[in-house]
Amino acid sequence: MTRHITSRLMTGLVIAFSFLAVLALFLILGNLILKGASSIDWNFFTKSPVPSGQTGGGVANAIVGTALIIGLAALIGVPIGVGAGMYLAEYGSGRLGWIIRFVADVLNGTPSIVVGIVGWTFIVRPTKHFSALAGAVALALLMIPMLARTTEEMVRLVPNSLREAALALGYPRWRTSLKIVARTALGGIVTGCLVGIARIAGETAPLLFTALGNLNLTTNVNQPMQTLSLQIYIYATGPYEDWHRLAWASALVLMGLVLIISLIARWVTRARYGSVR
Amino acid sequence: MVASANTRLRLEAVKLTAFFGQQRAVRDVSLLFPAHTVTAIIGPSGCGKSTLLRCLNRMHELIPGAAVAGEVLLDDVNIYGGAVNPVELRRRIGMVFQRPTPFPTMSIYDNVAAGLKVNGRRSRSELDDTVSRALHHAALWDEVKDRLHTSALDLSGGQQQRLCIARAVAPEPEILLLDEPTASLDPAGTQRIEELCHALKRLYTIVIVTHNMQQAARVSDYTAFMYLGNLIEVGKTNELFTKPKMEQTEAYITGRFG
Repeated sequence: MTRHITSRLMTGLVIAFSFLAVLALFLILGNLILKGASSIDWNFFTKSPVPSGQTGGGVANAIVGTALIIGLAALIGVPIGVGAGMYLAEYGSGRLGWIIRFVADVLNGTPSIVVGIVGWTFIVRPTKHFSALAGAVALALLMIPMLARTTEEMVRLVPNSLREAALALGYPRWRTSLKIVARTALGGIVTGCLVGIARIAGETAPLLFTALGNLNLTTNVNQPMQTLSLQIYIYATGPYEDWHRLAWASALVLMGLVLIISLIARWVTRARYGSVR
Repeated sequence: MVASANTRLRLEAVKLTAFFGQQRAVRDVSLLFPAHTVTAIIGPSGCGKSTLLRCLNRMHELIPGAAVAGEVLLDDVNIYGGAVNPVELRRRIGMVFQRPTPFPTMSIYDNVAAGLKVNGRRSRSELDDTVSRALHHAALWDEVKDRLHTSALDLSGGQQQRLCIARAVAPEPEILLLDEPTASLDPAGTQRIEELCHALKRLYTIVIVTHNMQQAARVSDYTAFMYLGNLIEVGKTNELFTKPKMEQTEAYITGRFG
C-alpha cells in the first residue's frame, strides 16, 4: 500500500516539475508578447534607431546584423564542427580522437564572455577595430564544439552493418563515411546545426568585445555591427521609456527567431525519421 | 573451354588463422572452394565460420585488434599479399550479410547501382542494363520494376535481402559470400534465396555460412564442418551428411550437440 502511495506521489511530483519547466517558457513568451508586441510595426523592421530622446525608429540595423553575423558564424562553424564530429565518430578511436573530444568538452563549458575576449585578442586587437567578422568568429568558436559532439553522436547512431555493407561492396573508407554514413545521419546532423545556430543567436557577451554594436545599418562585415542581442542590452539598460519599449519588441523578435529555427529543426528530424519508419 | 571455366574463380584458404587480439577464432584452416559450386560452412555458434568467411574478402581485418595469418588464394594469387588492394579485392568478391542492409537514403535502383558507381561506371544506359540484370538474377525484378525509384526500406525483409544480393552481384564479382543470408527471413523468403543459390552458381563461386543443416544439405555441393575454430571435416555434401568420417561431425549433424 505504501509502495502504491509513494508511486503516486512521485508521479505527481514529476508532473509538477515538468509543468514548472514548461511554465517558464510560456511566462517568458507571454511577457514578451504583452510588453513587446504593441511596438512591432512596419517601422520597427525597416528603420534604424533615431537619436536618443526622439520617438520612432526601428531596429533594422540589428535584424540585418543578426542575420549576417549568424550566417557568417554558421559558414565558419558548421563545416569545422561537422567535420570534426565526422572524424571523431568514424576515425576518432585513437589518442588524437581522445584529445579532440576532451578539448571539445572543455570548450563547450567555456563561458561565452571568455570566447568574446579571445575574439578581441586575436582579431580586434591586431586589426585595430571592432568588426562583425570578429563577432562571427567568436560565435563560430562557441558553435564548433557543440556541433562536433552532436554530429559525433548522430553519426554513431548509424548501424555498423551499413558501414560493413558499403566496405564489402568495395567502397573506400572515406567514401563509406561520406556517401553512406553521413548521408544516413544527415537529418540528425542538420538538426544539430540548427539547434547550434539557435543557441548562438541570442549570445550577447562574445559580441560585446567583437562586433561591438552599431546604431546605423551596415552590411560591411569589416565594420562594427549591431545584433538584436546587443540592441536589447543597450536599450534595456538605457534611461528612456522608448528604448525599453524597443528592447521588449527586439526580445520578442529574437525569441521568435529562435523559436522558428527550433521548429525547423523539429520538422527536419520528423521528416527524416518519418520516411525511415 | 569447360576446363578453363573450372580453373578460374578458384578460391582456397591455406593454413589460415584468424585472430581477435590473442584469441584464435579460426585455427590453421586449409579449405578449397571449387569454382562454380556452392560450399556451405556449418557448425555451432562461435565456431569461427563467419570469421572464416570474412577472411575471404578481407573484412575481418577491419575489426580493431583483428589479424590474419596464412594465405587465401584467389586464382593462385594470395589476397593478403602486398600487391593486393583490399578495396579492389572486395569489388571482385560480393558479400551478403545476415540481416538485410539496404542503404536507407537510396532508392531501390541506387542501391543496386551503388557498387557500380563506386567502380567508376557511370553511363546511364549501362547502369540501367546492369541494374535490371542484377534484379533479374536476384529474382526481384518483377516485384520492383514499377517502383525502382522508391525507397528501398519500403520492401519486405525478404525482398530487402534479395535486393542486397542484387547489389552484391551487380558489379559482377567472381565470388559470392553469403553470411547466414536467411537468418532473418521467413520460410518463403528462405526458399527463394536457396533457389537463387542454385541459379547463381552457374555464374559465381558461392560460399554460404549457415547454422541450418537442412539448408546446407539443400543448397550446397560441398560442406565444411567447423568446431571451435578448427575445420573438422569437409566433403561432398551428400557424403558428409550420410557418411561422416569424423565422430564430431556425426554428433553435430545428428543433433547431439550444437
